[in-house]
Formats: sequence, structure tokens, C-alpha cells
Amino acid sequence: MLKIEDLVVEVEGQTVLNRINLEIPAGETHILFGPNGSGKSTLMMAIMGFSGYRVTRGRIYYKDQDITHMPIHERARLGIGVAFQRPPAISGLKTRDMVSLCGGQRDVDVQGLAKKADFERFLERDLNLNFSGGEMKRSEMLQLLAQAPELVLLDEPESGVDLENVVLLGDIINELLERGVRYPKNPDAPPHRRKGTKSALVITHTGHILDYITAEKGHVLYDGVLCCARNAREILKWIREYGYEECFRCAS
Amino acid sequence: MRKLDRENNSDMQENSEKKYRDSADPHKYLEQLGNVDPEEAKQWLNIGVDVSEENRAGTFIQKDCSVVHSGCRNQQVEIMGISDALKKHEWLSDYVWRLISPDKDEFTKMAHEMPHEGYFIRSYPGARVEDPVQSCLYISEEGLSQHVHNIVIAEEDSEMHIITGCATAPHLRTGLHVGISEFYVKKNATLHFTMIHHWGDEIEVRPRSVIHVEDGGTVVSNYISLRPVGSLQMYPVTYLDGKDSVARFNSILVAAPGCELDVGSKVVLTQPGARAEIISRAITTGGTIIARGEMDGQVEGVKGHLECKGLILKDGIMHAIPELMGRVPGIDMSHEAAVGKIDQKEIEYLMARGLDEETAVSTIVRGFLNVDIEGLPPGLAEEIDRVVGETQHDAM
Repeated sequence: MLKIEDLVVEVEGQTVLNRINLEIPAGETHILFGPNGSGKSTLMMAIMGFSGYRVTRGRIYYKDQDITHMPIHERARLGIGVAFQRPPAISGLKTRDMVSLCGGQRDVDVQGLAKKADFERFLERDLNLNFSGGEMKRSEMLQLLAQAPELVLLDEPESGVDLENVVLLGDIINELLERGVRYPKNPDAPPHRRKGTKSALVITHTGHILDYITAEKGHVLYDGVLCCARNAREILKWIREYGYEECFRCAS
Repeated sequence: MRKLDRENNSDMQENSEKKYRDSADPHKYLEQLGNVDPEEAKQWLNIGVDVSEENRAGTFIQKDCSVVHSGCRNQQVEIMGISDALKKHEWLSDYVWRLISPDKDEFTKMAHEMPHEGYFIRSYPGARVEDPVQSCLYISEEGLSQHVHNIVIAEEDSEMHIITGCATAPHLRTGLHVGISEFYVKKNATLHFTMIHHWGDEIEVRPRSVIHVEDGGTVVSNYISLRPVGSLQMYPVTYLDGKDSVARFNSILVAAPGCELDVGSKVVLTQPGARAEIISRAITTGGTIIARGEMDGQVEGVKGHLECKGLILKDGIMHAIPELMGRVPGIDMSHEAAVGKIDQKEIEYLMARGLDEETAVSTIVRGFLNVDIEGLPPGLAEEIDRVVGETQHDAM
């Protein structure tokens, strides 16, 4: 689904990501660990094509198509969706209207989706204006539900969210990725695991989100370099036990 | 660039004396609004004036120097030309030139010496006029200097909404509009006043308005100018001379290249409990906007907030001048002003949701202009959309 080859990214003339190689197959969720300032968000912004993140080397492929220099909206229309950690507020733009816009040509059941994200009472509010940390996350998730992307990029989805909301957030992510346990409408039928084709790259600094979602693989980004790729929970355990520095030392 | 000064418009005066004619051929009075030229009716709809009179309590239409129609469908309100009104009500002369002095400036002088009608609108005491009253001031003759004098009285405990649209015929190049307006909002009355301007590229516009509000009275004034105008300068002054009186001003301004807009409002708060709010949203696509706002708090226990936001899409000048004056302790006034361009982050945020750059910009601009104005005529949202669409190319 997503393939990154030998990617070098500069921000304000400084190399922030150095020769990154990463592949996320269809249907897989990968976790990106890393300390603050290691370049996690930069990777996400570069995948999406934001200005200020200059690719000086390497390629980004999405569904075998080279998107390295494609405009942002075309990447979005191909099926890449992103949840920002600190989205900007757009005054005068109602959240309801934004959710509709996220659906593109499709008709979106704004009310129904908002119910899932427990966000109905915010629909008439200006987008992200004076939203709390948790509200902002739910707003981002609601927009993604409407956008229904095939590759989801989540930047620290659990940061600034209280315990109660983190459960809801996990549910929404699972819904978005068509993962997790689904309880069938017929009460006699056994619950079954959903197997979707949607992929995700989830950035986390603390790893708490792993209590609520499952992942195929984890990667560690340290000082702009991807240094380790293995089972996500295992990595988390290492990081919790020994810290990022030791994790980096072991890998190199 | 010609400089505009709100106190002294000396170079404008010279121009005015040179260019304009003081009279126009009279137009026939129309008993039936159905007889209005359909082309003109279409233009008037853009400024909120609907000749079908659907959901309207009354209508006043003035073309050049002649009243071409006036009438009301609601018995709780009066609407007519000012000269008829002065004949009908002897007492009305007390209200004329009471709030504005004829020698305030050259323009008021012109309107005093050579008046060309204007409207008189009055809601009776205790009236609840649900549908808006509409008025249209229209210039159809090239080079005319139109001077109107308007009087609005909201009697005690009454409530009314006025939509007034001012426009010029599409072929018109030059002209001057001077509008003297005196508003009286009496005890516990509420007046909503929405003014929509749609002038020509080189028209000069000089409204002169003063509003007087008594105890418990409320005035809500919306001003919208989206289309090119040569130069516009206005600075309505509101006196909150009653306890717990309220003034709320909203304005939406768009200045195309070559336009000069010097627009603001001043509110003087002279009684305890008086509250004022001035909100303006201005966009320049190449013209010059001076967005003023001034509050003068004279007694304890008054409250005011001023909000002045301006966007420069690509070129142009945006000058926000918020002023607050407090003369005693115990007043609460604040302001917020911002001038800038659209944040690239906001554009890219919307693009990440699949909107192309053009749609992202227009979505942000539309949001910027959306100040949740109470009681706007329904066609206006579409007009704003049209203008936002047209200003698109200037932004890119």
C-alpha cells in the first residue's frame, strides 16, 4: 500500500529524516515510535506532501504510484487520510460543513458519523475553534470517518485525551481501519474478527494507544533514522524498560 | 493614492463640485410594484429589495431624485418619502437635523441645501413588525449627485427590521451618493437595520448617520459592501443615551482593486448598563480598506467589545484602527484586531481532506465572512458565495 524508499527530508534547510525505508502492506497497521523531535511528524507531513517538508532524495509510492511530488489534495483523493495532532481552527466554517466536505463526491451521513464519534453537539461549532484536546481528536476522527481513507496516518492520537475518551478513540480507529472485534447483529452468531484491507501508520510517543488498537509491526525512529522494525508490543516493552537511547544502541 | 480623512474631505469636495449634476429628470410614481422594469427588479434583489414584497412589511423605492413607490402592508408601521412625511406630521420637523448638524461637512451641507427626498420609516409604539421593511435608493443617471435625508423612528416598545439597499444602474460610471440618516430608537425599542451597498466602479459614497438610543433600546446594524465602489467613507455615530441600551454593529467589506473603503462606527456609551459590540470582517483583493471602530465609555458600568479582522488576499492595503476611550474607572472595554493573509496551514489542512487549493481558499474566505449576522435576507448568502467565487482569481 505504502512504500517509502531512501527518503531524505529537509525542514528549513536541516535534514530531519535520513534515508528512510518503510513499507506498509495492505491491511496492516504499523506503529511509529520515537522520542520527541525524532522526526515522526515530519515523516507524516512528507507522506502527505505539506509545504515546508522538502524531499531531497528518495521516493514515496502509494499503491505503486509515485506520489513524491504530488499535490496534497490529489494524495487525499487517492485515499490517504491524516489526523493531525494540532489542527488549525477555521473560524466561520461549521464542523458539520467540514465533515460534509470530507466526503468529496459522496453523500455523508454527518449526523450518524457524529454520533459514533460522540460529536453531535459540536457540529454547529466552528471547526477546531476552542476545542479541547479530546474534542480536537474526535473532530479529526470524525472527518476521517467521512473521508474513509484506505491509508490512515495518525499523529499521536492519544495525546491530551482523558481515559474515558481514549477508549472511544480506540473504537473509532478500529472502525476506521475495519479492525477489532465486531459483534454481529444476530446475537446467536459468534463475534468475528474483521479483516480489512485498510492500512495505517500510527505515531506514538508513549505507546498507550496500543492498549486499544492492534498492530502488525512497530518501527523506531531516532534522530531522523529508522533503526528498528519488529513486533510493536515488543518494541514498546523495550522502550519502557530501557528507554529510547538503549533501543537505538541495541539496533545499531 | 488619494487620502481619505473622515473629518476633512477637501480634495473630494473639489472633485464633487467639478463632476456632478444636482438634479435629474423626475421619474413617474408607480402604484403597482409589478410595473417595475424587470431588469431593475433583478438588481434590487441583489441588495435585499424584493418587488414581489414577499415577507416584507413595506417598501420604499427612490430612483435618482424621485420617490417611485412607497407603501406598507403592515398597519403597525409607516413608510413614505420624507417630504410627504413632513407634510403629514408637523412634529417631524423636530427630528430633522436634530442629531446631525447641516454644517458638519461639505456633504451634509449639500444635502441640506439641495435635498432629494429620502425615506421616513416609523414603527408605532408597541408594534411588533415581524417582516422587514425594505427601502431602495437607486441612481440611474450618469454623473448625478444624489442627496437623501432619511429619518427612522422606532417608537417605545416597538420592534422592527429595515433592509435598505443602495445601488446604481449597471451602465453607470460616475456619481455621488450622500445619505443623511437620523435614527431614533426609543425606550425598550429594538431596531434591526441592514444596509447593503452595490455601487459602480467609480461611484463616490458618503453616508452620514447618527443613531440615538434611549433606555433599554437596542440597535443592531449590519452593513455589507461586497461589490466595487469608487470610494466610500462613512462613520456612523451611535449615542447609547439610555440605561441598559445596546448597540451591535456588524460589517462585511470587500475591496476590489481601485476601491477605497473608509468604514467604521463609533459608539458613545453615556449611561450605566450600556453595551456595545462592533465586529468587522474586511477583505481586500487589491483595494484599500480602512476599518475603524471607536468606543467612548463615559460612565461606570458600561461594556464594549471591538473586533476588526482583515484579510489581504494578494495585494491591497488593510488598515485596522480600533480605538477605545474610557473616561472613568469601572468600565469594561476590549478590542481584537488582526490583519494578514490566509494561513497556508489552514489551506493545506483542507487540502489534506481532498479539497483542491481553490476550493480550500474559498471555503476559508467564506468562513471568514460568516459572522452569523442576525436577520440577513436569504439571497445574501448566495451573493456572498458569488463574490467569494469571483475574488478567487485575485487570491491565487
